[in-house]
Amino acid sequence: MSDNHNSAGGVPTTGHVWDDDLADYINQPPKWWMLGLTASALWVVIYWIMYPAIPIAINGTFFQGVGLPGSGKWTAIKELAEDQKVLDDVRGKWESKLKDMTPAAILADADLSEYVTRSGKVLFADNCAACHGQNGVGTEQKGAKFAVREQGLMAPRLNDDDWLYGGKVDTIYETVAGGRQGMMVAHKDSLTAQQIDDVAHYVKAMSEEGGKDKADADSAVAAGKKVFAESDCTACHGADAKGIQAMGSANLTDKIWRFDGSLEGIKQTITYGVNSGDANARVAIMPQWLKKDEQGHVVSKLDEVSIKKLAVYVYKFGGGQKEDAPAAVVAEAPAATPAAK
Amino acid sequence: MSEPVKKAPAEVGSVTGIYNEHAEWSTNLGDATIHAKRMPGRFRTLKYITESFWLIFFFGAYLRWNGKQALLLDVNNRQFHIFNLTILPQDIWMVSLLLLLLAMTLFAVTSVASRVFCGYFCFQTAWVDLFTWIEGKIEGNPNKRQKLDAAPWNADKIRRKVFKHLIWLLISLFTGISFTIWFVDAFAYWHDLVNLNLSLMEIATLIAFTLGTYLLAGFMREQACLWLCPYARIQAVMADSQTILPAYDVARGEPRGKLRNAGKTVAQQGDCIDCFQCVQVCPTGVDIRDGQQLGCITCGLCLDACDSVMDKIGRPRGLIRYASLDELEGRPVHKLYQHPRTWVYVSILLMALGGIIYGLNHLGTLTLRVEPERQPLFVRMSDGSIQNKYTFKVLNKTDNDLSVIVKTEGGIKGQQLIGSETPKLIAHGRASSFTIFVKAPEENIQKEITPIEFRVENADNPGMAAEYTTKFTAPAR
Ligand code: SF4
Ligand code: SF4
Repeated sequence: MSDNHNSAGGVPTTGHVWDDDLADYINQPPKWWMLGLTASALWVVIYWIMYPAIPIAINGTFFQGVGLPGSGKWTAIKELAEDQKVLDDVRGKWESKLKDMTPAAILADADLSEYVTRSGKVLFADNCAACHGQNGVGTEQKGAKFAVREQGLMAPRLNDDDWLYGGKVDTIYETVAGGRQGMMVAHKDSLTAQQIDDVAHYVKAMSEEGGKDKADADSAVAAGKKVFAESDCTACHGADAKGIQAMGSANLTDKIWRFDGSLEGIKQTITYGVNSGDANARVAIMPQWLKKDEQGHVVSKLDEVSIKKLAVYVYKFGGGQKEDAPAAVVAEAPAATPAAK
Repeated sequence: MSEPVKKAPAEVGSVTGIYNEHAEWSTNLGDATIHAKRMPGRFRTLKYITESFWLIFFFGAYLRWNGKQALLLDVNNRQFHIFNLTILPQDIWMVSLLLLLLAMTLFAVTSVASRVFCGYFCFQTAWVDLFTWIEGKIEGNPNKRQKLDAAPWNADKIRRKVFKHLIWLLISLFTGISFTIWFVDAFAYWHDLVNLNLSLMEIATLIAFTLGTYLLAGFMREQACLWLCPYARIQAVMADSQTILPAYDVARGEPRGKLRNAGKTVAQQGDCIDCFQCVQVCPTGVDIRDGQQLGCITCGLCLDACDSVMDKIGRPRGLIRYASLDELEGRPVHKLYQHPRTWVYVSILLMALGGIIYGLNHLGTLTLRVEPERQPLFVRMSDGSIQNKYTFKVLNKTDNDLSVIVKTEGGIKGQQLIGSETPKLIAHGRASSFTIFVKAPEENIQKEITPIEFRVENADNPGMAAEYTTKFTAPAR
C-alpha cells in the first residue's frame, strides 16, 4: 500500500472540498497495483490472440485463436466444431437412410420413426404451427377481431382422424410437398337464401347424433335434403355426403368441421364458397413446401427429407391412417380444403 | 500436548479460572510426532474388533453374485449393483435418504456416547492405528522410536525408515486399489493394473488415494482430526451434559500425587498417582485429566491405561471412565430415554430408514410413468369420440430386453387402446418411451376428468408389471 496517505499538508488535494472538510488527496496508486494494471492490459491482448472474443474472418474462415501454450491449441470454438462434427456423424447415419426411403417405410422402422419425430417436432414448430397450432391443435378464430368469413378454424386440426385428402403418411407427404387449394363455389347466385338455409340445416343435422340416416328421416330438414340432392352438392361431396378424397371435399357426416360448424358458419361457407374468388369466401390454402428449379435442385426452405420427417410427425399426432386401413372415414387434410363443410 | 505439565485443574466458572484455563491451553500443532504406547485392555481389544470392519472395504468388492460383482457402484454406467438389485439414477433419491440415515446415525450415537465413530471406526484413526503398529514393529517401542528419530542418520536408521515407508506405501497402494474396485469390476481392474492398462481416471484415482493415505495416515495423523476433519468441528454441538464420554473423575483423583510406600497413597491424596500412563497411550497426545477437549477422539485407550494402574495400586477401576458431565458434577443422571436430543436424531433416522425400505420395496423391475398430452388435452375424432394421447416412459431395470404389453384398468366404457396392438420392446437398463392413444365414445363419458390406470406387463411373465394412474380428459360437461 502507498505509505504517503494522510500526510496532512504534504500531499496536494484535488482541490474539491465537500461538506466543509472532505477533500481528495492526489495519491499515486501503489506501484504493485500499477504494474498489475499494466500487466492486465497486456494480458488482454495476449489472451485475445489465444482466444478471440469477436469473430474475425481470415481468408473466409473464422480465426479460431491459438489456444493456451501446452493446451494442444485447445479453444472452445474448436471444441464446438469437433463436437458438432460428432453430432453430424451420428445424424448422418440416419439422414442418409432417410433420403431413399418413403415416409411409409420410415414410419414402419421403429428407430427411424422415433428419430424423425424428434426433428419433426422442431420443423413443425418452426414452419407449421403458425397456422395449424402447436402440436397441430388448430387455430380457432373467434370474436369481433375476425371477419365473418374468418370465423372458425384457420387451418385444419391435425391430430384428429378426419382428412380431406387422406391420412396415410405418404398422402400427408404429398399434401405438404405439393400444397393444397381448397375449392368450393359460392352458391349465393345459384341458390336462394331460403334454399341455403334449408340445406344448412340438413348438413348440420347430418353431423349430429344419428348421422345421415337420422337426418334423412327427419321431416324438419326434408327441404334441405331435397336441395342437397338436387343441386350440385353431391357432385363434390358425394351422394353419401362423405366427401371425395381425390378432390379434397369434406365429409359432411362426421363430427368434424373444417371451418365453422355453427349454422351461421355453415351458411357462410355455402353462400360464399371456399377460395371461390368471392370477397367473402373462406380461404383455405396450404402452401407448396417443396419447390425445385429446372435442374431439379430444391429451392424451397424445406427439402424432401424435412418434409418426410414432418409427414411422419404429423401422422403420429394420433389421426394417421394405416396403409391397410379401410377407407371408411376420410376427409380433411392438413391444410387446404375444397368443399368445406 | 506432547510435553504435558502438571497444573491445577481450572476452576470452572470463576473469573480467575479463565486465566488458568488459558495457561493450560496448549495446542498440539504436530511439531513433535506422537509416539503413543500400546497397552492391552478392554478398549484396545474393542478397537481392534471395530477396526476390522474395514476388512470389508478391502475384500468386499471381490464378492461375486450370479457371475457378477455383488457390490458395484458403476458410476460410469450410472447404476449401482447391490446383489440382485440394480439402482438406476431414477432411484437416486434413496441415496440422499441413505446419506441422511448415516448422518443421523452418527448424530444419535454422538449424542449418546460422543465420538464413537472417531475412536473406533474412523478410517483416519484406523489407518493411523495400523501405520503406528507397523512403525512399532519396525522401529520398536515409543522410547526407541523417539531416540531413533533424534539419532543421526546411519545405516540402521536408513534401513528401518526405508523399510517402514515402503510398507506404508504398499498399504496405501492397496488402499487405493481397494477403493477403485468398488467402482469398476474388481478382477478386470487387477487385470488392467497388472498389464499397466488402466484408464486415466483409474490412474488418477489410484495415485490420489495412495498419496492421500500415505500422507494422512503416515504424517498428518492426529493433525487431520484436529484441523482437517469437518466432523470433529461439528460434533460438539451434538453432545451435551448427558452425553457419556471418557472422563477423568476429578473429585476422586485430585489432589494427585506420586505414589509413596509401594502401593499406598498418602492420606488426603487423590487416587491419581500422576504416572502419565493415560497421556502416553493417547494417540492424539491429550491429557484427559485436563477435562474434555477438542483433541480427544474418545478412543478409550486411556481408560485401559488407567485401569491397569488402578489394578496395580489396588484402587477400584474407573478413575478415568465413560461418564457424563452430569454424573461427574453430581447432578442427577438421566436415563437414555430421557434424552430428548437423541430422540430427535433417532426419529429423523427412522424416517429416512422408512423411506429407504419403502424405496427398496418399490424398486420393481419395471417402472412406468405415463404423461397425458397437455396440448391438446383431447381430440374429437370424426365419429364424435374423444381421443387422449399418452406418452409412456417405461424403465426396464432387469438385465434383459423385455417386450411388454399395455393394458388399462378403469377409464371409460367402450374405450379403445390404439398403439398397443403389438408388444413393445423395452431395452434393458434404460427408459424407453412410446405413445398410446385412448379413444372413448363420447356418450359414455360422465365427467370432464376420469381416472384411468395403465398397466404394462412383461409379455412372457405377466407377474412382472408396473401400473400408473393418470386421467382421461374430455370436453367440459
Ligand atoms: S476427528 Fe475426524 S478424522 Fe479424527 S477420528 Fe474423529 S472422525 Fe476420524
Ligand atoms: S484422552 Fe483418552 S480417550 Fe481421548 S483420545 Fe486420548 S486416549 Fe483416547
